[in-house]
Amino acid sequence: MKRMGIPDRNLTLILIYFKEHMRIAILSGGLNAERDVSLRSGRRVAEALRDTMTDAEIVEVDLNGEFLDSLGSASGVHSFDVVVPLIHGAIGEDATLRSMLELKGIPFVGSSAASAARSFDKGVASGLVPNASAPKFVAFPQSFFREMGAPRILETVIEGIGLPLVVKPISGGSALGVRLCTEAEQVAPALVDAFGYGDRVMLQSAVSGTELAVTVIDIGEEATALPPVEIVPMSGVYDFDARYTAGATEFFVPCRLNADVVQRVSEYAVTVHKSLGLRDISRTDLIVDSYGTIWFLEVNIAPGMTETSLVPQAIEAAGLSVGGVFADLVAQAVTRSN
Amino acid sequence: MAGNRMDPWIDSYAQRAQGLTASAIRALFAVASRPEVVSLAGGMPFVSALDSDRFAEIAARVVREQGAVALQYGSGQGDQTLREQILEISGLVGVRSHPDDVVVTAGSQMGLDLVTKIFCDPGDTVLVESPSYVGALGVFRSYQCNVVHVAMDSEGLDPQALREALVTARASDSPVKLIYTIPSFHNPAGLTQSFQRRQEILAIAQEFNVPILEDDPYGLLGFEGEPPQAIRSLDDQGVIYLGSFSKIIASGLRVGWVIAPHGVREKLVLAAEAATLCPSNFSQLTVSRYLAEQPWQQQIKVFQELYRERRDSLLQSMQALMPAGTTWTVPKGGFYSWVTLPHQLNATTMLPRAISSLVAYVPGTGFYADGQGAHNLRLSYCYPEPSRIEEGVRRLAGVIEAELDLVNTFGVTSSDETNGNSRPQLNPNSDLF
Repeated sequence: MKRMGIPDRNLTLILIYFKEHMRIAILSGGLNAERDVSLRSGRRVAEALRDTMTDAEIVEVDLNGEFLDSLGSASGVHSFDVVVPLIHGAIGEDATLRSMLELKGIPFVGSSAASAARSFDKGVASGLVPNASAPKFVAFPQSFFREMGAPRILETVIEGIGLPLVVKPISGGSALGVRLCTEAEQVAPALVDAFGYGDRVMLQSAVSGTELAVTVIDIGEEATALPPVEIVPMSGVYDFDARYTAGATEFFVPCRLNADVVQRVSEYAVTVHKSLGLRDISRTDLIVDSYGTIWFLEVNIAPGMTETSLVPQAIEAAGLSVGGVFADLVAQAVTRSN
Repeated sequence: MAGNRMDPWIDSYAQRAQGLTASAIRALFAVASRPEVVSLAGGMPFVSALDSDRFAEIAARVVREQGAVALQYGSGQGDQTLREQILEISGLVGVRSHPDDVVVTAGSQMGLDLVTKIFCDPGDTVLVESPSYVGALGVFRSYQCNVVHVAMDSEGLDPQALREALVTARASDSPVKLIYTIPSFHNPAGLTQSFQRRQEILAIAQEFNVPILEDDPYGLLGFEGEPPQAIRSLDDQGVIYLGSFSKIIASGLRVGWVIAPHGVREKLVLAAEAATLCPSNFSQLTVSRYLAEQPWQQQIKVFQELYRERRDSLLQSMQALMPAGTTWTVPKGGFYSWVTLPHQLNATTMLPRAISSLVAYVPGTGFYADGQGAHNLRLSYCYPEPSRIEEGVRRLAGVIEAELDLVNTFGVTSSDETNGNSRPQLNPNSDLF
């Protein structure tokens, strides 16, 4: 099996040590609107790991109080050796769950609580990415609109950012609550939609160009970008339906951009990964406009792993397997905790 | 260079499959199954009220004593004894027929599918109430029917509106093949047609020579007086009657039935055999034994009382907690109340906030084929305990208050309409029945 850059000796030692004992919790589900997507991601990764780590016990678990109790205490015995958090959106990709796992002292795959807090908030992440590459944006809570008067704020925002603009919840994924506004009167209804998914909403200049997702796998010494996946939704908008209906979007891996651009976006995604202090795995979503300029959209630290998701395509295009990558990530998580 | 669309057969699907897509609304319902959420969405019968030990014992005896039959293929029309028992049950709503005119189906949903299959070509018109059952709309959509909603008033389907719809359709090139109605304890509207109203509707259907497809899963679950008499009790030639054990015994058995005129029944049996060969013998024999050996009428009374108590809890909670301007129907049986939101709030837009607040409902647009219902939602009181219903209404009232604050802040009403976005469609889903 082709593997990433984890030192062979460590990996071998770990796998031998845990050959008969490794209990891995695939944590999926959760309580937000991405629950269904997360459950599907969890099933897929669990199956892939069962194929790869045939001697390990792979358990799919939902996030609830019982699960947290089952982890035991930081000083006690854990019922799992490692957790693979695949809960998308709030709780899973912000600092909440990861803080709990850190307090419990259990190894887990993926970024730390501190870096999750940075990456999950699209406004914070946009401020940290290199070269001011995020499209112009503002992010406001609902209370600000209510107390200051929405019309005057919207007038300023629309004039300052310009149309078209995108309205989206400051956190969360799967394009839930995201709307493209080409006319001023579309903005207020779009905000009503977006505030249904959270208390802060981002209004961001819409950028057109080639939409790409770049997966970064960070195993061993060096973070590596996998081949970028080019996204062409048949409807023109990569919304929820386009993401999770097979056939609704056409993907190109390798993407149809020239080698120079591919090189730049790959390096860019690795830089985003490092700038935000991420680890193990991330997926940076970006747009390359007609001038070749790279625009940052968001970064995901528990990216979708469903049948139509982007990361599995990138893994396959790199000649790797989902099971192999996650087996390495599991081993790295255990190594890290040791 | 062609890309990968993740489905090699994407260009091969039939036109009727085009609407079968993922939707954010369905994804949201995945959260509703969590115990933290008070789900006022799904119309799931409270099967815990059944004596499960008794059921297990019946099922065991079916296998032990009738295994050679129960585990084998059977008649496409359904078990003869069960068909006779079905007529005993249907007699309670005034339906008189012969066992030969009964077709047993895998739930009445299959009956609905078969009737549509044998009557409707693509483009044919089906008249339905406004709103109508989401599962029926899914069937009609799958056969590419032209679904036309007909207004209801406080007594259900409005005869005048029905007549106008038939006149309009007659002038078009799309013949009306069926009038689909749920006359008793309507899903989702919670309304019940009076006897006089049923007579009026039947007279109009007869005048225009269009069969009525009468869906009656809740007819025996009234909270006061005798069960309403079915339209089929007034005409055995012009009405096709759908019945179900899902609500009076258990939905997991998947046993329903169609009572149809002879000619229709002949085609239904052939269509049923083509679809599934035969209904499950095991389920049929289990139901048949249950009916033969257990006090099933008493069990229906238990369900009636249980659902009445929950209906009362819902209505009292809404009366006490809902923001001004919210209105709702008062069901006299069945599972549902139909709520109209204040100030043109959009129930679909509001759903994510509701899910975040751990309460679920079904947005009204799911009960329309044409995008209406944005300001409505369906609440189901059949499954949660009364105290949970009250808690669910408390949460929902808070959600509505927050949504009012939001639309007041931005001075908008319905974002979907204003923004011209595509209408959300709900494909049939067991969470929604």
